[in-house]
Amino acid sequence: MAQIESGIEGIVLDEAVTVSLTELTQLCGANGRAIELMVIEGVLRPQGGQPGDWRFSGEEVRRARRAVRLQHDLDLNLAGAALALDLLDELDRLRERLRALERQLGETRAPQ
Amino acid sequence: MQYKDYYKTLGVARNASQDEIKRAYRRLARKFHPDVSKEANAEARFKEVNEANEVLHDPEKRAAYDALGSNWRAGQDFRPPPGAAGNRNFHFDPNETADFSDFFASVFGRAFRSDNRETRRRRGQDQSIKIVIDLEDAYRGATRQLKLDVQETAADGSRTTRSRTLNVRIPEGVTQGRQIRLAGQGAAGLNGGPSGDLYLEIEIAPHRHFTPDGKDILLRLPIAPWEAALGASVTVPTLGGSVSLKIPAGSQSGQKMRLKGRGLPGNPPGDTLVVLEIVAPPANTEAAREAYRLMAERLNFNPRAELGV
Repeated sequence: MAQIESGIEGIVLDEAVTVSLTELTQLCGANGRAIELMVIEGVLRPQGGQPGDWRFSGEEVRRARRAVRLQHDLDLNLAGAALALDLLDELDRLRERLRALERQLGETRAPQ
Repeated sequence: MQYKDYYKTLGVARNASQDEIKRAYRRLARKFHPDVSKEANAEARFKEVNEANEVLHDPEKRAAYDALGSNWRAGQDFRPPPGAAGNRNFHFDPNETADFSDFFASVFGRAFRSDNRETRRRRGQDQSIKIVIDLEDAYRGATRQLKLDVQETAADGSRTTRSRTLNVRIPEGVTQGRQIRLAGQGAAGLNGGPSGDLYLEIEIAPHRHFTPDGKDILLRLPIAPWEAALGASVTVPTLGGSVSLKIPAGSQSGQKMRLKGRGLPGNPPGDTLVVLEIVAPPANTEAAREAYRLMAERLNFNPRAELGV
């Protein structure tokens, strides 16, 4: 009989959560320089002026992790990963909007 | 264990050139990359493609694989011939090969088995899984039981699969596509290294009435023609229970009304967006037909005036 591990609480990576540069490097397995390059490229937009003051939102943690994976797995350079990331985000938004619109039009019937 | 036909996985001939293998791998990696692909089993396919490429892209490993012979079929029961490749020192990055198949391990060994440098502590891999929850659970929060198969690698490279059951608390107000990070619940580390993290990606199941759009909730609200024309106070369902909504006189189909703060909880909470939809009553009784005839007679109304006809 397997034991059930209870009471496990996670952190929702939303806008309410922010992490520092050091924390972000641990979360996405990239070094500080790689993160700085992503900020310069405009992939990530942290709050705060100097790298030491940077705060990244939970949404940016997700973007950073995705950018690191895309660069590594598909051998993309940073500009290519940035473009893919923007297009994927756009695709996610459009899919959600499409789903909402399809629901709104659900009752529309073809003319008889 | 089962034999793996790496050529078949990449869809290339056994005598394919290294360039052909690279092209096939690149194409399949883009197709099945879990961040890009919407294919149902993208993650598993991506792993298989990577494993095949790890072997075939390197002429030395490819030669060792080819030396097993060409009579094997994918899925056939496989026992490694003694000394086939076990004594060779192949180089792998354990981060890349940790979740490759037992077949792979039996032919090539685990990199950290043959390489002293790999006795150092190493953090376990992050893992991510998608979970589907109902919209009501997203609104109220819920506890979900997750069953995970965890592969554990001992210091000598042998592996066992252990089943874990986790009770995970899903906080209220999560939205479509959000990730929840469970620190230290991913794959176990090596040589005493820390465990990786587990990421849960939230997918919200379609709901009969409500359509989420981020933290907002869309609701099509059917109303009678006279409620739209004369104004009315109607009862509207929301995730938090029914509320009363005042429809202004002269409303039309497609008009939106916002119930502030009646969407998914948060700071700030989302809204419920009510889209009015005028529904014509059926003319299935003489009285109903009479009422429609009366309207046709009394109302000087051309719904197609804007079309110029």
